[in-house]
Amino acid sequence: MNYKQPLELNGLLLQLDLFLRGNLPPFWASLIEGLLILIAVLAAYAVIALILIYAERKVTAFFQARLGPNRVGKYGFIQSIADMIKILIKEIIHINRVDRFLFYAAPFFVICASVMAFGAIPFGQGLQAVDFNIGIVYVLAVSSLGIIGVLLAGWSSNNKYSMIGAMRSGAQFISYELSAAFALMTIVVMTGTMQLSEIVENQRYAWNIFNGHIPAIVAFVIYLISGHAETNRAPFDLPEAEGELTAGYHTEYSGMQFGFYYLAEYLNMFIIAAIATTVFLGGWMPIQIKGMDAFNQIMWYIPSYVWFIGKTAVLVFISLWVRWSFPRLRIDLLLNLEWKYLLPINLVNILIMVLIVLAGWTLTDLFPILFGN
Amino acid sequence: MQSFSKYISGIFTSLRSLLKGMGVTWKEFWTKKVTMEYPENRETLVISDRWRSELIMPHDENNEHACTACGICMMNCPNGTIKVISASIETEEGKKKKILDKHIWDYGSCTYCNLCVITCPSNAIIFNNDFEGAVFDRNKLVHQLNKPGSKLRDKKK
Ligand code: SF4
Ligand code: SF4
Repeated sequence: MNYKQPLELNGLLLQLDLFLRGNLPPFWASLIEGLLILIAVLAAYAVIALILIYAERKVTAFFQARLGPNRVGKYGFIQSIADMIKILIKEIIHINRVDRFLFYAAPFFVICASVMAFGAIPFGQGLQAVDFNIGIVYVLAVSSLGIIGVLLAGWSSNNKYSMIGAMRSGAQFISYELSAAFALMTIVVMTGTMQLSEIVENQRYAWNIFNGHIPAIVAFVIYLISGHAETNRAPFDLPEAEGELTAGYHTEYSGMQFGFYYLAEYLNMFIIAAIATTVFLGGWMPIQIKGMDAFNQIMWYIPSYVWFIGKTAVLVFISLWVRWSFPRLRIDLLLNLEWKYLLPINLVNILIMVLIVLAGWTLTDLFPILFGN
Repeated sequence: MQSFSKYISGIFTSLRSLLKGMGVTWKEFWTKKVTMEYPENRETLVISDRWRSELIMPHDENNEHACTACGICMMNCPNGTIKVISASIETEEGKKKKILDKHIWDYGSCTYCNLCVITCPSNAIIFNNDFEGAVFDRNKLVHQLNKPGSKLRDKKK
């Protein structure tokens, strides 16, 4: 028990680990721990999805001068649970003349990619399932697997709307993936590591967005834009563009298969916000000011996962705000934005970052007394 | 060079306009919400006077109405929603007279076209705006508009 951080979970987890390893052979202990982690990740996935759906509906309503769901439970809190039950017991309609195997496999690609990316996020101190030394590359790689599911869904549905939606989605995703990766690489240049836990640790006294100042802020904005585009949400929701394509690539899906796409869409929004938090905004690290130990101590009393969720929530809110502010882009404008604006800016930006790091102009290098680790 | 500076300034002007748009929605986020919460606001709910929901036959304090049982409303109704059932009585002078026995209106088949109200020569029926008409049994939707024991109001001489 660490009395300085009373609400932290890692002490508890350590106890559990010691208990299991003390009483079981190593193989079984590892197996049980693996299963527990799996259950925890899946449960967190479902719960966060429910909260996000509720939050989205409320925020949307407020942006449209409405009240949003407010009948099921106090302030409509259990509305999304009711929706979940509804979608679970809905019939899965079997479509004639689809490519059966691919049609049923597609939602699993989407949801698996999203769960795999979700699993690598550091939610708090010691709350990270796997800590790869190439964490950022891993997250980028698995989250882009989801596009295979989308393309398969469009191809196998035997429906022109699905096909067009999937093709648009492919074009959009592959373009914006570049920008997102470059934006993260800008920060990797500065931190010199790709391990998510180390990146968080390095931001103890200066968040990366401040540490790298101008290029970091540019990278942050570009990451948010391209992350938003990757999640296929308005104003980048051409793959679904309900006005022209009914529902895009998931037109033919029903019941829980549709539910998988729905879940993955919300969770991808969360994952983008979570990665942005981890890489740019200090992750789960509480706000710390060098030299003010009393203040730092108070900040540590707020557990790290609360910091993480709080910062992520702000970014999710921004994403909703953008969604309800801007009209949908046309496909050529969308590709214009990426290839003529974001990508060149990004390349210049990464160069500037390299120069700044070489010249020692990051805040930690300029003011080691204030910000150095 | 010209096009390059246009490119750069284009980025900044579009950024500014995007931020302006977000400012507008930010203000909207905090405005008063227009949602009406219906069952709670029954007292303050305002329904337009022109709203037609239930056909009624106004009765005065002597339990008298203006319907002469002419049947014009029944004939004009496109849906056969109204049934005017008349009875004949003998007046003091020994003349036969048709009076209203039952004026039946079916809430369930009315389309609220207002033809019955417009064509009634004695303005005996009107629509009110009491819109909460839901019941669990469709037989309850058939209303008798004249009250029991009511009679025709005498024309003022
Ligand atoms: S309601 Fe009017 S139109 Fe209908 S029977 Fe009576 S007087 Fe005639
Ligand atoms: S409003 Fe129209 S449909 Fe309804 S009773 Fe009168 S004439 Fe018939």
